[in-house]
Amino acid sequence: MVDKVYDDAVAALDGLLFDGMTIAAGGFGLCGIPETLIAAIEQSGVRDLTLVSNNAGVDDFGLGKLLRAGQVTRMVSSYVGENKEFERQYLAGELQIEFCPQGTLAERMRAGGAGIAGFYTRTGVGTLIAEGKETKMFGGEPYLLETGIVADLAIVKAWRADPYCNLIYRKSARNFNPMAATCGKITVAEVEAMVGPGTIDPDQVHTPGIFVKRLIRAASNEKRIEKRTVSAGAV
Amino acid sequence: MGWTRDQMAAIAARELADGFYVNLGIGIPTLVANQIDPAIDVTLQSENGMLGLGPFPAEADVDPDIINAGKQTITELDRTSYVSSADSFGMIRGGHIDASILGAMEVAENGDLANWMVPGKMVKGPGGAMDLVAGVRRIIVLMDHVDKVGQPKFRKACSLPLTGTNVVDMLVTDRAIFRRENRQSPFCLTRLAPGVSIDELRAVTEADFNDTR
Repeated sequence: MVDKVYDDAVAALDGLLFDGMTIAAGGFGLCGIPETLIAAIEQSGVRDLTLVSNNAGVDDFGLGKLLRAGQVTRMVSSYVGENKEFERQYLAGELQIEFCPQGTLAERMRAGGAGIAGFYTRTGVGTLIAEGKETKMFGGEPYLLETGIVADLAIVKAWRADPYCNLIYRKSARNFNPMAATCGKITVAEVEAMVGPGTIDPDQVHTPGIFVKRLIRAASNEKRIEKRTVSAGAV
Repeated sequence: MGWTRDQMAAIAARELADGFYVNLGIGIPTLVANQIDPAIDVTLQSENGMLGLGPFPAEADVDPDIINAGKQTITELDRTSYVSSADSFGMIRGGHIDASILGAMEVAENGDLANWMVPGKMVKGPGGAMDLVAGVRRIIVLMDHVDKVGQPKFRKACSLPLTGTNVVDMLVTDRAIFRRENRQSPFCLTRLAPGVSIDELRAVTEADFNDTR
């Protein structure tokens, strides 16, 4: 068996990081984000990053750490509203943003990982998102051409993994992780817990090991909650 | 004068039918979940990849891996399924969701919706709103009738960047309900909130509408 399991995040990222690179990350808000790998990327000091991620974390957690450290030049995201530092850098002209509708972002990552150069969608027709993009009529309706995304590196967070890097995500922490796992030229996963070969039911694998080149046990599973809501307050 | 947010949510909830799959936006639309008639079966969808949303958890049951699109902790139901974001938006874009109830900054008389950006000020992004309005069969908007400085939000044309063109089917504000038969039809005033006169409403509404009460 090819050993794809690394000791820690620094070892797993060794040789993969360079200034100016594009990194795709799984996660929605702070749910299902690769906390350990993000911290290691911050520590590495790599700069001028383009991050492809649905959100930008919060000021002091998740991808917000890379923003705060000034490591990010450009973001491709659908929603960055929970991050004040992001807003400050953007309004000061220090940071570029490519807003991408959430479903379009998910599909762009899926397409990139599946070797599909582009696809047409109704999403964003007649809005700022459509500027500079080809429009084509299908059945009398306009659709926008959107392109697939392939990142230099993809980082994802899983719940269980076996040594073959078959991954299972947990509940809504799945979100963008399966698409991110496919769209990296190389993908590194961190997992909450490792299980032995043959332990994962083959029918239940979410991301097959072919997509994951390196794997670590997560050193950080803080899973910070953005909005803790409980039943006393009603829905 | 006018309806409370809970009353607006209750009005929107009455638009839902037995068997509907529904996506609720962030803000006032979230309140709709509490107002759905227990006699009908409605499944709520959250675009981060959860179908079948339960209520907020008891303190002891809070699970950081179970959140809705507003990043709030919630619970599962016996019908719940989880999917990836790509599959979730397949449900949305593919026309499988019966209705979406969204908030808005502005709605135009031609059905245009603006709810994601104030140039030079608010930098948040569209999230899933553009996908929802492009793919969901029926879009109901809940919003205050006027903005913080009393300016009309139901306008002849949106002044803010659009989320979608001609996508709003029904508008519920704190002062009135507007409906349209289809996306080629004008909006019709179908009900005024208690204590609101038609003259008062016209004074704070820039959009043209038919009065079909």
